[in-house]
Amino acid sequence: MNHVILFIGLFMSLLMVISLYRAIFGPTVLDRMIGANAIGSKTVVLLIIIGFGYRRVDMFVDIALAYALLNFIAVLAASRYFQKRKDLYDELS
Amino acid sequence: MDIVVTLLLFCGLIFFTGGAIGIIRFPDFYSRLHPAGKLDTMGSLFMMIGLALFNLHHLSLGSLLTSLKIILIMVFVFISSPTAVHAIVDAGVNAGLEPWSKGDKRR
Repeated sequence: MNHVILFIGLFMSLLMVISLYRAIFGPTVLDRMIGANAIGSKTVVLLIIIGFGYRRVDMFVDIALAYALLNFIAVLAASRYFQKRKDLYDELS
Repeated sequence: MDIVVTLLLFCGLIFFTGGAIGIIRFPDFYSRLHPAGKLDTMGSLFMMIGLALFNLHHLSLGSLLTSLKIILIMVFVFISSPTAVHAIVDAGVNAGLEPWSKGDKRR
């Protein structure tokens, strides 16, 4: 069973690398925000899987809960900030 | 028990894979939000239920509390993830991004 957990964690790290492509090369700022949000929501699950790897789930669950809160607040604040920009199209060309 | 947990974890993995491929391959900003918003939420649901069941191997009060916390994280993700995606859509509409239509260049 531990091998299954390890495989799931490694595969999810690979998926985070795929999402990182959009966070780096996205044509606009909001595309980069989508990539960062997808990586954050995968990290919450990955933290609990790391907790099973170390056999300290009771500690890592609290870290995952704090990370979920922080991710939500960060995305909300960044989107409120970037909606005032009117020059998003200049980055496309 | 192990079979159920493995099945739930691989279901979540399939949903996460679809979300990641959708974020890469869709042609514009608004259509990219669709896999990012829905598939990640559903993948989190399956994975959290699987991990909470896996945590109940040694049944005690402590592990029951930990499983309850994992379910609590899942409830919070179910509320917060669509809200965050809606905020990003709102930012795109207010900034004046136009949706992609057929024949345009992929961006």
